[in-house]
Amino acid sequence: MALFVLPKERVADWVRQLMAEYEVVGPVAKDGAFVFAPLEGPEALRLDYPITLQSPKAFLFPPEETLLRFRRGSPPEVEPVRDARPRVLFGVHPCDLNATWLLDLAFSQDTLDTPYMERRGRTLIVGLDCLKPCDAHSFCKSMGSLEVTGGYDLFLTDLGDAYAVEVGTDAGQALLERAEGAQPATEADIARLNLVLSEKWPRFPLRLDLDPKDLASIMELTYDSPLWEELAQKCLGCGSCNLVCPTCYCFDVQDRLGLDLRSGKRVRLWDGCMLRDFARVASGENFREHRSARLRHRFYRKGKYLLEDYGRVGCVGCGRCVRACLVKIDPVEVFNALKAACTV
Amino acid sequence: MVEQTPTSGSLYLPRMAEVLRIRTLTEKEKVFTLRLEQGQSLAHQPGQFVEVSLFGIGEAPISVSSSPTRNGTFELCVRAVGDVTNAMHRLQEGDWVGIRGPFGHGFPVAKMRGKDLLFAAGGLGLAPLRSLIQFVLDERPSFGRVIILYGARNPGELLFRDELEEWAHRNDVEFHLTVDRADASWTGHVGVITTLFPKVAVNPRSTVAVTCGPPIMYRFVLIELLAKGLPENQIYLSLERRMKCGVGKCGHCQINGVYCCQEGPVFSYAQVKGLKEAIG
Repeated sequence: MALFVLPKERVADWVRQLMAEYEVVGPVAKDGAFVFAPLEGPEALRLDYPITLQSPKAFLFPPEETLLRFRRGSPPEVEPVRDARPRVLFGVHPCDLNATWLLDLAFSQDTLDTPYMERRGRTLIVGLDCLKPCDAHSFCKSMGSLEVTGGYDLFLTDLGDAYAVEVGTDAGQALLERAEGAQPATEADIARLNLVLSEKWPRFPLRLDLDPKDLASIMELTYDSPLWEELAQKCLGCGSCNLVCPTCYCFDVQDRLGLDLRSGKRVRLWDGCMLRDFARVASGENFREHRSARLRHRFYRKGKYLLEDYGRVGCVGCGRCVRACLVKIDPVEVFNALKAACTV
Repeated sequence: MVEQTPTSGSLYLPRMAEVLRIRTLTEKEKVFTLRLEQGQSLAHQPGQFVEVSLFGIGEAPISVSSSPTRNGTFELCVRAVGDVTNAMHRLQEGDWVGIRGPFGHGFPVAKMRGKDLLFAAGGLGLAPLRSLIQFVLDERPSFGRVIILYGARNPGELLFRDELEEWAHRNDVEFHLTVDRADASWTGHVGVITTLFPKVAVNPRSTVAVTCGPPIMYRFVLIELLAKGLPENQIYLSLERRMKCGVGKCGHCQINGVYCCQEGPVFSYAQVKGLKEAIG
């Protein structure tokens, strides 16, 4: 694993180089917050961002994407549609790197999801370490996702006047070769990096009273807990938590017919298990009629089902759901309450 | 704007199928006989489902109601109840639809060979069971007793009347029919499907039960089957869920942590009895 150092004043030129070959998506300021967006120029890149409203998920799994175009007829004609643009996701924090890892597993295990995997195959990821908590809502360290063990092509750590750049893949190495001024790290650089990292960890609080790997067994015991009904009394069922979650990937599929009533496209759209009709079938039967059942299902996806399927907890502790929640349902409080319910 | 260009081979790309024949069974149900383009075989197992596309309307999961032993074509029995199914009811012979699949796990036919089979179908639940019933009747010597219990709400809702007639007359099929509410023409049994169970005695060791019907039916049919002493792993159910993708991604069909489209739609009772969302 090669380590380089890139002076900060060289970053803009490097990004400009990358923009000639790739769509470069990075954190930019918008309306008093930060979002991931295609860069219009390197100066828009804000690597000092605390957290973005949305994770960069939308650039791997868009809120709406066309799966195929069709033309009605006998027989109908269909052609698949793909997003062929090579892209760099630049400045992705550890929580979102971990979330992307989970999406990669979910869309590749058992059956390859062609649209996701094609887009993912053309996407390079430049990670960026977090050196202090983004705000009081995050709990990444508790979820084990402040730590990054892979899933990036390059990984940057802020050393003050320069970035330490760790090479994760050959493709990442090739990206870095476009950066003028990148030098192999010296022993002094490594010492600086170690100092930065050792100062970083204590800044992050541990906010959970449990090991996230125990969530599955805790949930095994709390399925019928009154907590779900109590939370459902507060929850508005709006699906905002689904919308901002970096690991939510459920989708709906819809047809859009053109004005000629012959041609059109089939799209898939983000969907949310908190929304009332999510498990409803055409006969009218709704297999998760009650909000408490939907709320429990969402938490079980994160704490149990995804862990059992993919070996990784489905929550990365980014805190976006509680920030977006109108009634402030906080996963830290929910997980701790479940743990408490098991230990009395 | 994202640049988008065509490519080949996508998970979500349907094959085309021609509607060869449409039969009206009841006010709400029609049977569609379909043939895939270039005479491809669907190569399904009894109990599997397909995603049917009506372009411009959408896609819906429909169980295959014919046996793979009747090759070249396949049949879908469809109730007009949603957007896609209502649009299907407006199709004419010679029209085309898109098909993805077959998906999921069907009935474990190999495990059933040599066994007595007890079918319990309620209403439209006969549609997926018919694929297995046809299969069994086409390979009749490989199976023991064949007992079919079928219930509908009223005589007008009985599906596949010609086949019911045939099963009633075969001496190698024990067929019992009931309706919840009779009309003036009805001379047969009246009562919910559980009232048929006292009519049949089975050897629980050698019997495999297969049931499909509305969610409420399972609870009561399971009580009957367990009371007859059938082991939990010899009772099979086909469950309905809203499978949007059919490939374990979209999340809609999840029953607790289990994707109905992947591990189901056919489950043994032993598989689902620990899943609290499986049976209402």
